Amino acid sequence: MTGPAAKPLDSAARPVDMAHMTAAAPVSLDPARAAQLAAEFGLKPDEYERCLAILGRTPSLTELGVFSVMWSEHCSYKSSRVWLKELPTKAPWVIQGPGENAGVIAIGDGLAAVFKMESHNHPSWIEPYNGAATGVGGILRDVFTMGARPIANLNALRFGAPDAPRMKQVIDGVVRGIGGYGNCVGVPTVGGEVNFHPAYNGNPLVNAMTVGIAKADRIFTAAATGVGNPVVYVGSKTGRDGIHGATMSSAEFSADSEEKRPTVQIGDPFAEKLLIEACLELMATDAIVAIQDMGAAGLTSSGVEMAGKGGMGVELVLDNVPQREEGMTAYEMMLSESQERMLMVLKPGREALAEAIFTKWELDFAVIGHLTDTGRIVIRHKGQVEADIPLAPLESEAPLYRRPTEETPKQPVLAPGAVANPTTIEDALLRLVATPDLCSRRWIWDQYDSLVNGLTVKRPGGADAAIVKIEDHDRALAMTTDCTPRYVVADPEEGGKQAVAEAWRNITATGALPLAITDNMNFGNPEKPRIMGQFAASVRGMAAACKALDFPVVSGNVSLYNETEGRAILPTPAIGGVGVIDDAADAIGLGMPHGADLILIGETEGWLGQSLWLRDIAGREEGAPPPVDLAAERRNGDFVRARILAGEVLACHDCADGGLLVTIAEMAMATGIGATLAAPATKAPEHAFWFGEDQGRYVLAVSDPAGILAEAEAAGVPAARIGRSGGGALVMADGRSISVAALREANEATLPALMGGKA
Amino acid sequence: MKAAIVVFPGTNRERDMRIALKRVTGRDPLMLFHREELPKGLDLVVLAGGFSYGDYLRCGAMAAQSPIMKDIKDFATKGGHILGVCNGFQILIEAGLLPGGLLRNASLRFLSMDCHMRVERAGTAFTSRWQKGAVFRAPMAHGDGNYFADDATLDRLEGEDLVAFRYTDENGTVTEAANRNGSARNIAGILSPNLRICGLMPHPEDLVDPLMGGTDGLPMFESLADTFVSA
Amino acid sequence: MKARVYVMPKAGVLDPQGKAISHALEGLGFAGVNDVRAGKVIELDLAETDPAKAKSAAEDMARKLLANTVIESFRVELA
Repeated sequence: MTGPAAKPLDSAARPVDMAHMTAAAPVSLDPARAAQLAAEFGLKPDEYERCLAILGRTPSLTELGVFSVMWSEHCSYKSSRVWLKELPTKAPWVIQGPGENAGVIAIGDGLAAVFKMESHNHPSWIEPYNGAATGVGGILRDVFTMGARPIANLNALRFGAPDAPRMKQVIDGVVRGIGGYGNCVGVPTVGGEVNFHPAYNGNPLVNAMTVGIAKADRIFTAAATGVGNPVVYVGSKTGRDGIHGATMSSAEFSADSEEKRPTVQIGDPFAEKLLIEACLELMATDAIVAIQDMGAAGLTSSGVEMAGKGGMGVELVLDNVPQREEGMTAYEMMLSESQERMLMVLKPGREALAEAIFTKWELDFAVIGHLTDTGRIVIRHKGQVEADIPLAPLESEAPLYRRPTEETPKQPVLAPGAVANPTTIEDALLRLVATPDLCSRRWIWDQYDSLVNGLTVKRPGGADAAIVKIEDHDRALAMTTDCTPRYVVADPEEGGKQAVAEAWRNITATGALPLAITDNMNFGNPEKPRIMGQFAASVRGMAAACKALDFPVVSGNVSLYNETEGRAILPTPAIGGVGVIDDAADAIGLGMPHGADLILIGETEGWLGQSLWLRDIAGREEGAPPPVDLAAERRNGDFVRARILAGEVLACHDCADGGLLVTIAEMAMATGIGATLAAPATKAPEHAFWFGEDQGRYVLAVSDPAGILAEAEAAGVPAARIGRSGGGALVMADGRSISVAALREANEATLPALMGGKA
Repeated sequence: MKAAIVVFPGTNRERDMRIALKRVTGRDPLMLFHREELPKGLDLVVLAGGFSYGDYLRCGAMAAQSPIMKDIKDFATKGGHILGVCNGFQILIEAGLLPGGLLRNASLRFLSMDCHMRVERAGTAFTSRWQKGAVFRAPMAHGDGNYFADDATLDRLEGEDLVAFRYTDENGTVTEAANRNGSARNIAGILSPNLRICGLMPHPEDLVDPLMGGTDGLPMFESLADTFVSA
Repeated sequence: MKARVYVMPKAGVLDPQGKAISHALEGLGFAGVNDVRAGKVIELDLAETDPAKAKSAAEDMARKLLANTVIESFRVELA
């Protein structure tokens, strides 16, 4: 869409023939004006034709607004739905798969984990602090709407090159915004990931994930039932915030996006905290029939989805909506994206009970309508019907595109010896641990409260996945976010596979059992076949990994049109994984212990294609990314987890970005304890062995190496002893060494230097 | 020990505090919403951490005007024990129950990290399990923890031995580097003249379980449990 | 010469701080407060002696740094 729709509507957009207004039917726009506005709101001509056919007349302004947001890419998933269907979504432990506010899985003890990840990319570029903050707020609401108390936040962030214009300011604003919101609502921010790449220079990604805990038999959903039941509005008041935000985030960025600034919403984490407490208090009663947060497209999507999913109709009287500003129109109220608001349907007669709770928490409460049996959404304002739309076709006739796809050509496999190491192993390691993609994230963590609630077992950086215990239970959840976009752009299918596999691996490395994922699909313009092809292939790879690893998708979000001036971001299917460990005390971290033997699990060929060594040391971005052998992945991971749960492993870290030596260095930097390393038993050149990014590998610190090796052999798992921990340096077989202190210094210096001073 | 934790709109570390108190007493403390009355017969009132009223205006300023604060001031006048942690410390200061002020951190950033504190005043209800000079670790998580008071007040606090805790390095040495938020004279926590009100910025309640990374904060709660052993 | 820059949340932009203060005032029994907006005042001591130039410089500073014009408006007064 272009500028005009973001502005308040002028009188020219109002109904032309006021004299013929009746209270019974919405006033149609002038047909020519309606067609023009439809285009400005982002509806394609054929989509607008379909809207005319459903209504049998020209829509009113409010109706046009409803159609345009409900059929936006953001709300309708019109380009992605045909592909997303390929993802496995079922397992015996899945309680609620995709389609609700968040996914729900059973985790034992009658408890459920509720989680989802969602993007707030465009708002975070336009106003980094509030864009990121409201992203956190929105995903929190998705989770507590289902009846869960949020227990953890994670964030998958992708920024441009640190020296790109505005980028420092964006990084600073996003980090402050995530901290500002999460710290205030009292939900610990326990993990996530950060990448830097010039492809994100004009379009950073902010993907926020929330995990909550509920009783498995007390899950709330959006499907509303019961003719006459009251529809209740709670939370903060409605203002003109973010009008048409949902359609904005579906429109490609252009240079004039600076003009779209006024649509960004302001987050109020204090109001959100009150909303969490009030909703959970009300949920403990039997008052609620259905509940839905007002996220993108606000009152429109929440009203339509609640009534639509329940097969009902709904009538809303907008005069009763709590308003922050004077003179708001029906159009503005239906499309407002003011934050910290919820819509719910109550059982008859429970209004007073609910109102008392919301008043106690100093929040607005208003009955704004009721359910009907008409199958229509009817909007009244000031005695006038402003919209009257049948709900079934709004959903069933929603546009669905199988857009043309074009496969990404396969890149040649780079042989381990194809690129020589331009420097020494020690120097390459020192430089790698200092690169933006591998350097310490402490500057970021130190601004996030990761401990509030007192249940964080493994803090950021302490283990491959964050571990948060469940209050009054021994059980804990393991959580991670993962994606390697440089692999995905080189081979979308292998990259999709790898993202899922790495999330599974990170949970496994703590001893937890991986259970399910949420996905946040960030891609460019789907109308370009190459981009749509990336999407389709990524989904294919993800689906294969989900099946092989019993790791179904239970929720997700799609963000398309991530382009600036025609240049797309790296395809980024970010995966948020959740697992469970029966006893939090069994979970292990990645820090190097004293006097342990180091065992490498998995095969090492020395795969340098698309590795960080190749990019950051050899200066080349090329080659096929490392393939993921899903059978080996499963076998190796199941073996590692079993050994951890048997108490045989002191520390464990998966081999990921940077390869084996970086993995060992990260373990060493976590505790300051070094290791003496054996000579590599390999045909590959030394640098390929140490820095290759072969998949499905883990480094284990153990006290009984012979026992583990024997068990690995019996299980058919490749395993080799590669060293022994101790001392303050990493010492190679021939005596070359690098001190852990030097590694730490290099690792810690990068972000504070980039961001201009220590935290 | 009969303890109550006060919950203001925006308080968010009441659950951590509940865990810590329950660990030493074996039972749940009372959770009091700020519109409720303070019941009779309490040994300890805790103002927990968080962002009461969103930290808007000034941290703790609006909570200090909350209905329950009148009861809490009466409780203090009658010699009741009060612990204020983080936002609770800010509220105690805004309510005039402890002197000074808490400014924006010197770095102007929210700080979430472990710090070390040295026990400056042992033998109180909050510190009896420590020796004077003992060093312990505690997480901090705040944007406005930079303790400020005029020199006369600081001199009086020190002269009357009312500084409870000071930021130090892990060996107990007062250094500038250990003073992450920039507090005057490295002060992390202070006491009222009758030693029954204690406010501090870091969170000993978040380090009371080896599973969560240590038990450095436990002595504070054991001290309180010892003090009120009969109750 | 001294300049004072008043920075306020723009009309129509949510002001969470003002909202919370309004609630608190109500709780203290101050009746009749219809709305509260909370902003900030920044005092500048400028070397410039020409009032028009000083004002224009202060406005430039406000636009570039002192106010986030996405969400805030500002006004400059010379003292």
